[in-house]
Amino acid sequence: MSGPEGTRSGRRSLQLKFVPDEEVLRHITDDSGTKVRKDKAQLSVSVKRFVKKLEDISDNEAQEILEEKNYVAALGICAQDPVGNGTNVSGGEVYSFQTPKRSSKMAELASELAQTPEKDVVPDHSKCPEKMAKTPQSSKHSSSNKVQQRSKKKEFLSTTPYRLRKRLAAPDPCLESESEYSASCSEEEDEEDQKEVSAALSGQKTPGQTKAASTPPPRNSLAKKNKEEKMGNLVEEYFEAHSSSKVLTSDRTLQKLRKRRLDQQTLHDLLKKAPLAYAAEIRDLNKQHESLFSKWMLQLHLGFNIVLYGLGSKRDLLEKFRTSLLQNSVHLVVNGYFPSITVRSILNSITEEVLDYIGTFRSPRDQLEFIIKRFKEDSSLELYVLIHNLDSQMLRGERSQQILAQLSSLPSIYLIASIDHINAPLMWDQAKLSLYNWLWYETTTFSPYVEETSYENSLLVQQSGSLALSSLMHVLHSLTLNARGIFRLLAQHQLEKKDNPSYPGLSFQDFYQQCREAFLVNSDLTLRAQLTEFRDHKLIRTKRGADGVEYLLIPVDDSTLTHFLEKENEDV
Amino acid sequence: SHLDLSGKCLQVFCKLRRKNRNSHEHYLNKQLLDNLLSFLSRSHSEFQEKTTEWTCKMKFREIPTAALVLGVNVTDHDLTFRGLSDVLQDSITPYIALLEAKDCPGIKNLMQKLMGQLMNCDIDVDTLEDEDCVQVSQNRIRCSMSSLISWYESVTKKTDSETPSKKRSSSSRHWKSPPVVVIFKDMESFTTKVLQDFIVISSQHILELPLVLIFGIATSPMIIHRLLPHSVSSLLCIELFQSISCKEHLSTIIDKLLLTSRFPFKLGEKVLQVLINIFLYHDFSVQNFIKGFQLCIVEHFYSQPLSVLCCQLVDVKKRVISLSHEQCENIRRLPSFRRYVEKQEAGKQIALLTNDTFLKEDTESLLKDLHVYHENYVSILRCLHVFTSSLPKYPLGKQIRELHCACLENRVWETEEYESSLQLARMLNKTDLVTMLQQCVEILTSSSGKQFDKTVEKLKEFLTQFQNLEAEASQERDVSVLSQKELQKKTDLYHLQKTLLELKESRRSKKLTKFEVLRFEVVDYMDSLVRKYLVPADDRTLHEIVYFNAANVLRGHLNAAPRTALHTALNNPHWYLKNQALKCDGGSISNKAPDICIVYKLHLECGRLINLVDWLEAFSTVVTAAEEPNAVAASSDQMDDIIQYPFSFLSTVSELELLGFIKPSKQKTDHVARLTWGGC
Repeated sequence: MSGPEGTRSGRRSLQLKFVPDEEVLRHITDDSGTKVRKDKAQLSVSVKRFVKKLEDISDNEAQEILEEKNYVAALGICAQDPVGNGTNVSGGEVYSFQTPKRSSKMAELASELAQTPEKDVVPDHSKCPEKMAKTPQSSKHSSSNKVQQRSKKKEFLSTTPYRLRKRLAAPDPCLESESEYSASCSEEEDEEDQKEVSAALSGQKTPGQTKAASTPPPRNSLAKKNKEEKMGNLVEEYFEAHSSSKVLTSDRTLQKLRKRRLDQQTLHDLLKKAPLAYAAEIRDLNKQHESLFSKWMLQLHLGFNIVLYGLGSKRDLLEKFRTSLLQNSVHLVVNGYFPSITVRSILNSITEEVLDYIGTFRSPRDQLEFIIKRFKEDSSLELYVLIHNLDSQMLRGERSQQILAQLSSLPSIYLIASIDHINAPLMWDQAKLSLYNWLWYETTTFSPYVEETSYENSLLVQQSGSLALSSLMHVLHSLTLNARGIFRLLAQHQLEKKDNPSYPGLSFQDFYQQCREAFLVNSDLTLRAQLTEFRDHKLIRTKRGADGVEYLLIPVDDSTLTHFLEKENEDV
Repeated sequence: SHLDLSGKCLQVFCKLRRKNRNSHEHYLNKQLLDNLLSFLSRSHSEFQEKTTEWTCKMKFREIPTAALVLGVNVTDHDLTFRGLSDVLQDSITPYIALLEAKDCPGIKNLMQKLMGQLMNCDIDVDTLEDEDCVQVSQNRIRCSMSSLISWYESVTKKTDSETPSKKRSSSSRHWKSPPVVVIFKDMESFTTKVLQDFIVISSQHILELPLVLIFGIATSPMIIHRLLPHSVSSLLCIELFQSISCKEHLSTIIDKLLLTSRFPFKLGEKVLQVLINIFLYHDFSVQNFIKGFQLCIVEHFYSQPLSVLCCQLVDVKKRVISLSHEQCENIRRLPSFRRYVEKQEAGKQIALLTNDTFLKEDTESLLKDLHVYHENYVSILRCLHVFTSSLPKYPLGKQIRELHCACLENRVWETEEYESSLQLARMLNKTDLVTMLQQCVEILTSSSGKQFDKTVEKLKEFLTQFQNLEAEASQERDVSVLSQKELQKKTDLYHLQKTLLELKESRRSKKLTKFEVLRFEVVDYMDSLVRKYLVPADDRTLHEIVYFNAANVLRGHLNAAPRTALHTALNNPHWYLKNQALKCDGGSISNKAPDICIVYKLHLECGRLINLVDWLEAFSTVVTAAEEPNAVAASSDQMDDIIQYPFSFLSTVSELELLGFIKPSKQKTDHVARLTWGGC
């Protein structure tokens, strides 16, 4: 068995997959629909390995697996619920480890996904060369082409990084030939005849893999040793990947694509226009959830609180719940995803709006005590609290959660909340959980998180960037021509030095010199006066270096600055 | 009808909840509370009478302290403390302060909290009568020990002077100068400094202020000495109290709630197993167990339309008569009822399926049967437990709940464990057997079912037979002694050999002794009882009405796995969105899956950092292919390719960020960092 394949199988066996019991096998293949095979050819490999595993498996391991199975069964996870909401995925699959992959793996998968014909499971080798042939030879590096090429190359490489292969003791002729080939492969140039290459690749691909699968199984001891090694490697892999600051990703940036960044509003509009995929199915899902509304009401009244989880925005669902059932009762909606929400503001709205109390409190705790007292005194008071995203940045703190938990433990406060973050349940310890008294409801809606993400300072959408640019332009337009020149000078200088990460800024003396040369200022004092004005508008920042020299810097990122300069040049 | 149902459900729910609470207070920590009370009153009477022992203690300025070892089920502690303070309030002192570590980061906060609670409780007592009593705001009083002492003096004096008046009744419960009880709920979480300071300060004032401390401890009493240096702990006069373990607690709850015929509602095997497993593997919290039980009740009454019939036996007739035709149809649809009908003769079958009144009569008698079945079941289960709980290695489990689960699950007499425990029971000695039989007789006579008269008679007969055996046995021993003597007489080797052989021969072929025969009889009789009465509930007709069996629902609500749901949704969208296009075998997802699934899938292929451009490129490759499967690489312009899909890509990436899979990274331009490790 080749090294890389081995690592995989080892991990699979930890996921209770290779239990020598036909029933278990069937159970897994039936129920865990989430088993993922990236490579179709690999599937056959793994099946072969599986058979072998059945023979190899030592009593010890079998025992362990059985025990683990018992534990899982004891937890009731194996209870038969074919219509359950996807809860019968074993933990091993969700929290599995895998060796880190190279950056280009993604492109490989992408092209594979792209190529997968709808119902065809068997990879069609004849198709690939055809496709490649179709691409115009003259095209320089069309992106999709690139992807395909790269993916073709990668299929030759083993799935483990080179260093792991080096470490494996047993020399494998097949493996070696593979790595040799990959070495030559990576050297090849784009000018090479693509058709020939791809044909050769797809031709050689299958034999190589089958060979790997049919290599005679190593003896038991060797297998064991391999397994231990694998485990050790896994740990090492993890730390290796996380210790080195070296990142193995390509250096391409969005900048190089000259792609215009979108501002918030444009994105919002565009998203609204885009049609929602699978709208009918999503509506069905929502209908299912909506049928639970009256049940929720009953359970809220019986002292439970309700928490919703699952993929997709639950905002609309909660809104519907509110509009359909809570119209005539006092309720409070908390938009947890709002970036400036605090527990204090929640408490304030309860004391001010619900309890009509005007006055301030020294601490949220005092306020909470006041609320608790009022609610205990007056049993006719009832309050529904709906919290969208209880796990948001602002509310996930320990103190906030404690206060909310205490609030929710009041018998006449009914809390219904939603969570989205994968680690959200970690917010709560046993004490808080018992205060919250949750009933969990899975409400997977698949609807987009439009509202929830709109406040986030998203990755590609740079609110601050666009804001800075417009304000920059605005301020500059109100200045004199000379002042604009001064600023442009500084900006240009900063852009020239943008590749230098330790660039401290332009020293005042140098700047003065340059300004003089450009006939922008005539004295030290005029420049200083100008700079003061910039500083007042927060256009520049001054820093004093170690040598006591004053350095000037524009606190705006490079892309914005470039845009700014472009626009300035248009104006001038 | 939903409202009607939920109303009914509410009724049962409240009743049970009250029962829970009562049982909680009454049975569980009674012993503990009694001990604590006696401790408090003891330490306090010493203070009042100023005995020599007390003066001796006072010389060393020792504070009487109770260390309460409560166990790891932290969530239940609140309930215990609430019960404790209620009891104390009733019988010993109105001055109780409950302190939690998170409220007391410093000694100042501690004093503030303490005084706030003490003075508040005083106000609560007095406000009704004394209008002139000024509302003391805790903020204005300086928080110090001396102000606390002056408050205490004024309060005790006031009650002294008032005693002759109408307040008699309320204050008579307490002593003249009641102690001030300070309860530290979670001793382990307090900072050492705060505790030390408080103890040292209050020990200085113990003469004026009769303070009693109670430490709530979750781990072990050793923690006191770990937290407090000797100089401080020597100021305490510690007495240790142990609360009952949470497992015993659970056993009592199960005993009082499940193994009784008082409540019509029953838990099915799987449900009970889920609840017990959550208890054993997750939290040891009895409170959560009760919560789960409550949820079962709600679910059952909400989702089972026939749960109207799940009521006390006296109401059954009334409710059965008022059943509508629709409900009758519901009964006919029950699987257990259909099985029952199939066993009947043809004429009755037709009547059952067509005639509502006939069905109602039959239903009533069936429900009564079910009730009787359950009464018998519980009694016989307890008897069986008497036997199995004393066997070596406990093949059927040590606790009655395990036995209960085993009996509910399937026919217990068909299991291997039962077989082996019968074998073991056939080897019991006489004294054990007799005591067990006596216990069984007690259980059966105290049970409400009247059909056990014969059984009891039979068991008593066994007991008398055992007694008779004793008399016979002594005679038998004489006989054997005789034969021994005969043996001694014959000195001839040949004869000796012969007789020995004969003896051996006779022993081998010898019939069982009378005791052994009797023992076999007893065990067989028990076996017959088990086979008769411990039939699993699933086999009973109409069991669906009273047994709640939806374990998966319960697990979904109590022991949810949000991450798993997310995983399924992302990896296998077809599970949720029943669209043919999404269906694909082999585990991988199709390229028509929702954007978020594709983006997620692609990101799994990356290491620690992800280049957004690569990601976007890969994404657009997939989406293009999905839209025009035939012209994968048709477009040659790089910009077009990528710009086509950025909007959905952008929003999806921020959705992944919201879900916590990635975060923006400053390490490299246009990169994001993965927050999960691995993936498949």
